[in-house]
Amino acid sequence: MANLELSLELSSPSNMPILIREQRYHHIKALLARLRLDASARVVVLVEKDGQQIAAHGEVGALDTTSLASLVAGNVAATGGMAKLIGEKEFPTLSHEGDKESIHISVIGRILLVVVFDQRSSLGLVKLRSKQASHELAAAFAEIERDSETSDNSKLPFSEITDEEIDSLFVQN
Amino acid sequence: MTFINYASREINCKIVYYGPGLCGKTTNLQHIYDATAPQAKGKLISLATETDRTLFFDFMPLELGTVRGFKTRFHLYTVPGQVFYEASRKLILKGVDGVVFVADSQEERMDANIESLFNLEENLKAHGYDLMKIPYVLQLNKRDLPNVIPTEDLTVELLKKGEPVVEAVASTGVGVFDTLKAVAKQVLTELRKS
Repeated sequence: MANLELSLELSSPSNMPILIREQRYHHIKALLARLRLDASARVVVLVEKDGQQIAAHGEVGALDTTSLASLVAGNVAATGGMAKLIGEKEFPTLSHEGDKESIHISVIGRILLVVVFDQRSSLGLVKLRSKQASHELAAAFAEIERDSETSDNSKLPFSEITDEEIDSLFVQN
Repeated sequence: MTFINYASREINCKIVYYGPGLCGKTTNLQHIYDATAPQAKGKLISLATETDRTLFFDFMPLELGTVRGFKTRFHLYTVPGQVFYEASRKLILKGVDGVVFVADSQEERMDANIESLFNLEENLKAHGYDLMKIPYVLQLNKRDLPNVIPTEDLTVELLKKGEPVVEAVASTGVGVFDTLKAVAKQVLTELRKS
């Protein structure tokens, strides 16, 4: 197929789904495309803190961005837990440097900005460009959250789904 | 938390397999992985110790099919069952849409089941969820072993709210997909309500 915070505080979950409308999605993709260019990065991925991928852009190729999103969220959750143990709120950025490929992660509220880069770029440049992009990305995600809160739920694709349609999913498999 | 992406026409939901150590959570995922066509699944990621005990979580994305033009994808996670991995276990419940509690049917594991189920309720509460309100299935695993507690007795001890109960032998796949279907169906029905 192509294409997870040690938090003791109460989060505010709801059964409300997060809705990503086409226009918002394309706006986020455009922001990621610009960041990728500015940072000379290989791939840029935007992930929600629970591990769901929002969008990815770049030389994705065989890169399993779904698994990457899940592992990045787990990584941020674990280091967030460590931060709390030593009295910090969280670690706002995480970097993992390899021989050829490296990953830089920025925590922007509820979203995680992941930049995968190689020798064509540098950690300093990626950090700078990620920080510059973070405000616009945060604003774009806030719009998605607003859309989700104000959406007319009767128009959701699943609002009129029948029991037969649900059952059919399991027949297909 | 369910994600509905109108641009890529995808619906993504998160299901977590919970239960005491060595109850068969990873075995459930492994069976689903092995029995699913390659095009319907992603990689099975296991963050485990050298002795194959889950250290952080297992993860696999599973595509069930298309409904009303939207690809329906479930992200399946397990938690580490061992008591001392409490901190990481709690993290994984964040954003959950449905929970499967995998109980170990063996007599000597009854206390561990009860402790883990209590722990699940507490950890859900810490994230603001109520076990009584979220999609939930009880799987009675290891029914093939000689020292199992009768289903009726297990149910009396572990049933929380009239949830579906599935008898299983995850090592051979018995009941694994029935469990997944039961929880996935509740998650999708919940989406209709939302």
